Amino acid sequence: MRFAVSLLVVLAIASVIGTVLKQNEPYNNYRIEFGEFWFRQFEAFGLFDVYHSSWFLLILTFLVLSTSLCIWRHVPGMLREMRGFRERATLSSLQRISHHAETGKALDPAQITAHLQQHGYRWRTRDGAGFTLIAAKKGSYQKLGYFFAHAAIVVICIGGLMDGNLPLKLAETFGSKVPEMRDVPQSQIPAVSRLQSGNLSFRGDVFLAEGSSADVIFLNAGQGYFVQELPFLLKLKQFHIEHYSTGQPKRFASDIEVYDPSGKLLKSGTVEVNKPLIVDGVAIYQSSFGDGGSALQLRSWNLASGESSALAATSKSNQPLTVNGEQYRLELLDFRPFNIENMGRKTPADGSLQSAMAVAQSVKGEHNLKNMGPSIQFKLRDATGQAVEFQSYMLPWQDEGAWYQLSGMRREVSQPMGFLRIPLDKDMKPDTFMRLRTLLLDTKNHGEIARRTAEQAYRSGGVSSESREQFEQITQGVLAEFAKGGFPAIDDFLTSRVPEAQRQIVAQTYLKVLQGATQEALALVQQRAGQPVAQADAAQFRFNSDSLVAISNMFDFGSPVYLQLESFDEVKASGFQLTRSPGKNVVYLGSLLLVLGIFFMFYIRENRLWVRISPEGSILALTSNRRSSDLDREFELHRTALLPADPPSPEDGSNEKESA
Amino acid sequence: MSFAPASRTTLGKLDYGFAALIVLAAVFTFQRYGSFLDYYEQGILLGSAAGMIWLGWFWKPLRVFIPLCGLLALGGIALYDGELGNGASRFWLKYALSSQSAVMWMCVLFFLATLMYWLGLLGRSATALGVASGLTWAAAAAALISKLVRWYESYLLGADVGHIPVSNLYEVFILFCLITALMYLYYEGRYAARSMGAFVLLVISAAVAFIIWYTFDRQAHEIQPLIPALQSWWMKIHVPANFVGYGAFAMAAMLGVAWLLAEPAQQTTAQRRTLLLVAGGIAALAVALHLGSGQLGDVWQGRALFVAKFGYCAALLAIVAANRGKLAGHLPAPALLDEISYKAIAVGFLFFTIATILGAMWAADAWGGYWSWDPKETWALIVWLNYATWLHMRLIKGWRGATLAWWSVGGLFVTTFAFIGVNMFLSGLHSYGGL
Repeated sequence: MRFAVSLLVVLAIASVIGTVLKQNEPYNNYRIEFGEFWFRQFEAFGLFDVYHSSWFLLILTFLVLSTSLCIWRHVPGMLREMRGFRERATLSSLQRISHHAETGKALDPAQITAHLQQHGYRWRTRDGAGFTLIAAKKGSYQKLGYFFAHAAIVVICIGGLMDGNLPLKLAETFGSKVPEMRDVPQSQIPAVSRLQSGNLSFRGDVFLAEGSSADVIFLNAGQGYFVQELPFLLKLKQFHIEHYSTGQPKRFASDIEVYDPSGKLLKSGTVEVNKPLIVDGVAIYQSSFGDGGSALQLRSWNLASGESSALAATSKSNQPLTVNGEQYRLELLDFRPFNIENMGRKTPADGSLQSAMAVAQSVKGEHNLKNMGPSIQFKLRDATGQAVEFQSYMLPWQDEGAWYQLSGMRREVSQPMGFLRIPLDKDMKPDTFMRLRTLLLDTKNHGEIARRTAEQAYRSGGVSSESREQFEQITQGVLAEFAKGGFPAIDDFLTSRVPEAQRQIVAQTYLKVLQGATQEALALVQQRAGQPVAQADAAQFRFNSDSLVAISNMFDFGSPVYLQLESFDEVKASGFQLTRSPGKNVVYLGSLLLVLGIFFMFYIRENRLWVRISPEGSILALTSNRRSSDLDREFELHRTALLPADPPSPEDGSNEKESA
Repeated sequence: MSFAPASRTTLGKLDYGFAALIVLAAVFTFQRYGSFLDYYEQGILLGSAAGMIWLGWFWKPLRVFIPLCGLLALGGIALYDGELGNGASRFWLKYALSSQSAVMWMCVLFFLATLMYWLGLLGRSATALGVASGLTWAAAAAALISKLVRWYESYLLGADVGHIPVSNLYEVFILFCLITALMYLYYEGRYAARSMGAFVLLVISAAVAFIIWYTFDRQAHEIQPLIPALQSWWMKIHVPANFVGYGAFAMAAMLGVAWLLAEPAQQTTAQRRTLLLVAGGIAALAVALHLGSGQLGDVWQGRALFVAKFGYCAALLAIVAANRGKLAGHLPAPALLDEISYKAIAVGFLFFTIATILGAMWAADAWGGYWSWDPKETWALIVWLNYATWLHMRLIKGWRGATLAWWSVGGLFVTTFAFIGVNMFLSGLHSYGGL
């Protein structure tokens, strides 16, 4: 008993460990988090999978043994107890019961049994020497509660064991099964890492693109995995995703077909979250979704030449890419058909109590969600293995009236994306920007741009004829610095050449010069392209400034090409979890026993009542498995009904204290 | 407690009238909405009707409480007239019957009730305690009305958005207040022990304070559509069953505190001083953590505040430990507190067991297995093991008194961690209802 209760405490404490440390993560994550030394220690104690570790199973085994022992020891006695009426109780033993009352008279047995019947008691009558003893009882099933509740623990643990991976663990221990560590095609995985479809219980995952099928699933096993063969072939026809009007996901559903090994259709249907499909004792669950390798059309801008060309690719695949004679690998990651972003509240609260109350009064939230449209994430890896990650959106993005193309970039996976905003021209294309960029960065053009800028400045009266040549030189110098490295290069130039006191003024002048030169460069671009020259209005000024910022930022872009998503043909994928758990119904049976057991134990009170009648006097006694105020009340009830109203005896038990 | 109401008192006209009303309501609901319900939901409807009748027979005041709340909720629903915007323009909705107005009334009434219970306890005033009891009833009514009206409001947001309001932390906190208050009112009436309300209402007030913060700071009261994982009839039974458990455990813990203040202990002045010193120390640390939490960054700030609040509670408990028996003349007999506390844990344990089993069955439908050792599941197991041990100690070992009282107080800490702490500190499948 004491052992069993200690086990409950030990089990609770052991369980805590597994909730503090995230379980069953990829092992490398642990290695990074704890370092090699602690990783080894933790792994030795099975802390990354506490609930399947041998020591945890040992605790559970002890709990089952100890509970079984409790049942074994107590149940036979309890059954005897349940059947018995204790009609051998002696007068002195009845007098020792705290709830008893005596009277000097003899009582009528018929009246007593009628009363007992009315209150649901069963009784036996024994006639002794000069007395009659009526021994009654009620609620004997209370004792069954003990049996049910304790048997439930054993039954639940057995069910859990049936569904657990103990046989596989044992096979691993003896080396007859070894988890696969490599990332190789499923068909190449050796038999020692494969589990037959007859396996009693399993729980694994598989990820299928639309139109594809699988007859195996993967089971996580520490640092590796096992391949579990299925008794059927699972095919994903189509995956559906629906959204609420607010943009939150509403329904994930997969239309699937299941074929037997000979190719006969066994079952077809739709699997949804909360609505699994059960085939051949294997339950198929909707567990995740994603991109199944969509066909993408990209436009590739060569950042050195400014030329663009079409590029076909498939998401979730790799392809080589040659840019200006250099070899790269384009690693395409997930394609996402929509990107719903929370843009924050539209109207910030003004802080007054009234507006706060108004907000608190309304159950309708103010959602400011925005769909940023389709996007593709990819990595570009150079010959040395260095990779930069990018995210390219297909749709233009509007900010305060101007349109941009967004492109995210990061060098470390742990960093957030930094975004490049490329201003779009009137055709909503980056072409004008790209031409402007190529022109501005090519030093061959700087003379021409500087000449035009100086002329424009002279004509508008900005510079005198004497300083016109000097202005042209400065413009050319600023352009040269900008072409070297954007704004940071100009900044470096200022820091190294200009005294600190004048730096602010000079910087402003340079910026104005650069803006003027950009306007001229743009005119040159448009002339060469045979387009009408844009008016130098506010919108154009903004385009120019945005272009300068974007050109400057592109020095840090980390890629010789700019890839832009133009169109796609989506192929969705759906993740399934497949389980076979023969122990489930055993566990449910145990659960039912547990609830019944707890109910019986707490809500059925086992009462025993004796009335000993003799001509010298009679005694009424009542005991219960629970001593509570309810018992006091019930005793009062029987006493007033059964014993004639004579003054209560001094040792009347109704005012006794609870003993500790 | 006996589960056979008929054996104690025979059923009267009002009982049958109440039953007839519930049956009528159920039949009406079934006719009108039955075609929208699947078999399980139809079963839940029947079960709720039967359960409600039984509850009304078992505890008579509910025969008035349930129909009254239902009527007021229907009034609110009628005033909406199918248009959510009416909530801000029609007087009775704006100031009383819209779900959020009802929640605000609930908050005010629970605070007032707490105040009156304490006035009644300290001043030994039966009048004040009577008023407090009435206020608690009114607050519970406001809570139930808010739940019912909110359920309707969710459908006004969109036919596909509508769902029973037990789907996130905000909604279940109101459920917690409602269930704890009703359970308390039952025991208060049954044992004519009103002064213990001062303690039980404290824990409800703490929940109310959380609700207010959650509304004004986080706008958590806004109705959100259900994510696919929560779209299941299991939610209708798993969550309420859980909160009967949580409510009962919370009540038992507060009665444990009351017991400690009602039953004197042999303490020396030195022991008292040490305990007060400990209380001061813990409080100082908690204040430091509270004030310094701003520098810890977003994630850890919330966690530090949570720990600081644990610290305040611990300091208060140390003060309780230093003042054993100080309220002896004001509270019911310790034996009675002990008994009610035990009964609350027994009810809570039964419902918590059922809720955990229902949760496992839901998980078998949603996550691919009835048990995944997810942190929430595991902590439910820990809570269960804790009270299983408590009950063993009381029933088999015959423990009573201070140890069990302290243990039930500690149990509330474990329960609170399972309820809120897991969502804040640990990540897992059960990530709805995060803060």
